Order: sequence, then C-alpha cells, then structure tokens
Amino acid sequence: MLYSIKIAARYLTANRAQTALLVLGVAVGVYVFVFMSALIGGLAVLLLDRTVGNVAHVTIEPADRDSVSLFGTAPGTLVAVLKSTQQRPTLQSASAFIPIVEAIAHVTVVAGEILGSGFLIKGEAIAPVAVTGIAAEQVSAIADIEGRLVAGSTDLSIGTALIGKGVADKLGVRVGQSVTIRSERGVEQTLTVGGIFALGVAGLDDAATYINVRAARVLFDLPEGLSRLEVKLDNLQLAPQVALDIAAATGLKATPWTVRNQQLLDGLVAQARSGDLIKGFALVTIIIGVASALLLSTYRRQSEIGIMRAMGATRRFVVLVFVLQGALIGLSGGLIGAALGYVSLLPFPLPEATNGGGLPIDIRQGAYGTAILLTFIGAVLAAIWPASAASRVDPVKVIGP
Amino acid sequence: MTETGSLLTVSDLIKQFEEGDESVTVLKGLDLMIGRGDRVALVGPSGSGKSTLLNILGTLMRPTSGAFEMLGLSLIGAKDVDLTEFRNQHIGFVFQAHHLLPDFTALENVMFPAATRRGREVASDRRRAAELLNRVGLSDRRDFPAGKLSGGQKQRVAVARALMNQPELVLADEPTGNLDRESADRVMALLIEINGEDGTTFLISTHDEQIADSCRRQIRMLDGLVVDD
Repeated sequence: MLYSIKIAARYLTANRAQTALLVLGVAVGVYVFVFMSALIGGLAVLLLDRTVGNVAHVTIEPADRDSVSLFGTAPGTLVAVLKSTQQRPTLQSASAFIPIVEAIAHVTVVAGEILGSGFLIKGEAIAPVAVTGIAAEQVSAIADIEGRLVAGSTDLSIGTALIGKGVADKLGVRVGQSVTIRSERGVEQTLTVGGIFALGVAGLDDAATYINVRAARVLFDLPEGLSRLEVKLDNLQLAPQVALDIAAATGLKATPWTVRNQQLLDGLVAQARSGDLIKGFALVTIIIGVASALLLSTYRRQSEIGIMRAMGATRRFVVLVFVLQGALIGLSGGLIGAALGYVSLLPFPLPEATNGGGLPIDIRQGAYGTAILLTFIGAVLAAIWPASAASRVDPVKVIGP
Repeated sequence: MTETGSLLTVSDLIKQFEEGDESVTVLKGLDLMIGRGDRVALVGPSGSGKSTLLNILGTLMRPTSGAFEMLGLSLIGAKDVDLTEFRNQHIGFVFQAHHLLPDFTALENVMFPAATRRGREVASDRRRAAELLNRVGLSDRRDFPAGKLSGGQKQRVAVARALMNQPELVLADEPTGNLDRESADRVMALLIEINGEDGTTFLISTHDEQIADSCRRQIRMLDGLVVDD
C-alpha cells in the first residue's frame, strides 16, 4: 500500500501542470457543489424566515366538539353531521396545559392567545381587523413585532393596541392617536395606538391587531380560558413530530406549521431537488474529468505498466496505483474546492440578515464535508475503469524492442 | 506447481498465434534444457521464435502446449498471480530498450522489484540497490532521474534492476541492440562478470556474433525449432 501511494504520487507530480489543471477542474466542480448547497440552503432559510418566521411552529387548539354518527359509514347510508355551534371552541384550562407543553422537548415558547375579529374605527374610516389578545410580555414571542416596529413601542398595556402598517395607513392613524375597536360580540373599547409594525406579509400587516389579553377578555366576552396556545420550537423542521408529542401529552389538537404551508414545503422540496440536480451534474463532470485524464495516463504509461508487470508487480498493485491517483486527485480537489467555496462565501451576510435583493447565501449550509466525501468517492469510482484497463495491459505487447 | 530437478527444461513446446482466421505456429515442438550458471546465447534470424521463447521462459506468455519446468516447478497452468510472484523472485529481465521508469531515480528503478514484492521500500533493499549501482559503475548516478541518463547508463541500471532480487535466471533480449560498440562491450563484460562471480544463469538473445561468441553455449533457432546447440 505504501509503495503504491509513492508510485501514484510520483506519477501525479511528474507532470505538475497537467495534475494542477486536473485538480483545479475538480476543485471548480466542488466549488459549484458548495455554492449551490449554500445558495439553495440560504434560499430555504430566507423563505422559511420570511414566511414562517412570524407564525407559530405548532398551534394548539381545543379538540373538535362535532357530533359523531353512530351509524358509521355503511354502504347506502347517508349521514349528515351538523357542525357544533353551541359552544365557542376555547381552551378552558389552558393554564394547566402550558407547563405540560413547555416540558416537551424542543419547545422554547408557549404563548396563550384570545382570538377574535372586529373593526377598528377612526372617524368615518373603518378597517376590518383580526385581533389577538396576548400577555404584554409575550407580544413578540411568536411574531417578531419588536423587530418589525416602524413606530412606537411594544408596550401593550390594557388601553393600548399595536396595529399593522396596512391598518394604520387605511385609517390614517399614527402612534398616540385613539381608535375605537368594535368586536364581533358587539363590544366597543377605545384604545391608543402604541405601536405600528410591518411584518412584510400583507395578510398580517393589513389586518393584525394586538391588544392586551385582559382587554381581549372583555372585548370578546371570554372571562376565562384561551382561544389557542401558540408554540415556538428551537428547530422548526421538527414541528410535525413535536405536534404529535403535544397531542399525545395533552389530548388537544396540535397542528404543525407544515400543514398550513404545504405549498411552501412543496416549493422548498422542488427547489432542493433542482439544487441536487445541479450538484449531481457537477459530480458527474468531476467523474468524467478524472476518468478521462486517468485513461489518457494509462495509455501514455502503457510501457511503464508493462515493465512493472514484467518486474513482478501484480494486477492488484497496478489497480491500486491508478485508484490511488484518483483518490489523491479527488481528495486534493475536494479540499481546495471546499476551502475556496468557504472563503468566497464569507463576505455574504446570513439569509436572516439579507435585505431585499441580496443573494440569500448561507455559509453554514455549504455541505463542505459532503462535497469532499462525494468528490473523493466519485474520483475513486472514476479511477476504477482506467485502473482496470491498466491492469489488463499485456507486458509482451508493450515492452517489445 | 510440482517439484522436479533442473533449473529450466522445456519439451515439445508449441506456441500458436491467431491472426484473423489464420493460425501461425511460432514454436513447433521445441525442446531445451538450461543448467544452473550457464551463459547461453540464443541466436537465429528474425522470426525464428527467439523472443517468443524468451517471453514464455520469462512467464510473460503462456505456451499453447508443451511442458515447462523451472527450479523443479512446472509452470504450465499456474495462476497468473503465482507466475507474477515466481517471475519477481526468480527471473530478471534486460530488454533491448532499457524500459526504465523515467520519473524515478536510478536507485528507485533498481529497487522496484524488491519494493513491489514487499509493498514498501526498506533500508536493506536500498543498500543492496546502491551496491548494485556501484557494481555497474553508476554509484555517482544513483539519484539521477532515469530519463536523464545516457543509453549505456540506462542499460547498466536495467542490469542492476534485473539482479535486485538475486534471480536464478536473467533473460536478456538484445541487451546491446541499442548501444554503441563501446557501451555494448561494457554491458556485456558486466554480464560475463556477474555470471562468473554470482553463478547467475544468463540466456541472451542476440544477433551480435561477438556477443554470441562471448557466451559459453550457443543455441541456434530456425523456424521455431532448436537446430544447433
């Protein structure tokens, strides 16, 4: 093995310019692999951050109270089940569930909310709003209201409302001005606009209104209980499993964000597949490049291979010499390409910090180890054909006078 | 491989080559015995089968039929890996074109047969290779790349390489064919010296009458058969 490595290394260093070009070609392929991994990964982070960053990873709601048919679904039987409207779906013992949910792995935040709809009124201007009543200290626990404030503060005292920029524009109100809120239950309150936020999602900015949870109890006539619990995780990819864990632990209906964002997930999967395809092409290019270079080498060194065989080198030894050349090329090209990729990605800000228009490249997702490993394996596989051809060289045919 | 007696015997050796639809018989039932320590010249016109015989005796080529024994072992039907090992340990080669590895130094070329057997280079092999280079008068060229040596020097390195594993038999196919007279004489003197001192058996294929005359025994081949011994 040691001697095979020496021969392989000597063959590679004998023609330095050619070897350098070959390694450079491999490094460029690895660079493309790393860049695509960082770009596709960064795009996914950006899309998830922009789309899911301000929503709950798991939403906990009361289980359905709809009636159940005792007739089952026997053939020929038509059963109509009426949706229950007798009671509002609320979590009556929400405070008892919160410590249970908080104890589940990966859960970082549990925020109780009272939800309702209504209208904000300023003079003759009226805007329909989706109202969220939440504890003052948790106002930025789910959506990053504090980070997206365009005016005012997140101080959510009882007489204060935080409203989306779209709502503020529609009503023409500024921070410090008073608005009237009329709930779906017909209750009215006068609130002061304490802050205006812009989450960047029109559906939220044009309707979202946050008020103190105690004010919401009055507004929506809900003296006890909560509408839902919203949960944030340390890893949003784990939401489906954590939702199952929560449902099992509480008996409540727990819905991961993935259920409500299936199209986004489909898009991310398609995007990842496109990236994989491009990375696959880069690997195929590397394999073809290494195989053709080593194949040429076997033809050029036929007489040397023949003399080695005549001097007692086994076929296995010859195979090893050429496979090791492939391995050395793959390893060095992989390391250089990955290093170049890392260095060239350093100037890019992380996707979370990317402003509109910037390339959302995530240096953390360069898949450097995978790139090096796959390149190494690819180069070794690419060397097998030339190595096999070399081992079949007939010494008699190539060492004649 | 089965045990027998002499260094090398072949009997009724036949070698045919298929060329398209035709079959060409190059060796036609050849018989030959070579004893230990012999210095034998193999002479004959081109196409008489000298190189084919050397290739078979060097285990680089398999005969179509016949018997071939060396060092008491029958080599007919042996596996390729066994023949490779046998060749490495018991047979040395000197070719008309030296066939050194150009990217390796003279010393590394000489060491090759030992290193490839062990799978690594060891100090004792390095010492022996240096001694052999000294013996062929190239101690000052040991670290020269083989590609930068003169023709005569390359052939002397090739002789040293052939002796590296202390083989019982050295096969030389026109070893001086590419050399000028002075270099040819020097290489031949070297082969005679080694044969005399070490008892290594040499079988030398040559068209050069002077070299043939310097051998103790001459075997003349014609049309695939030994016609004079």
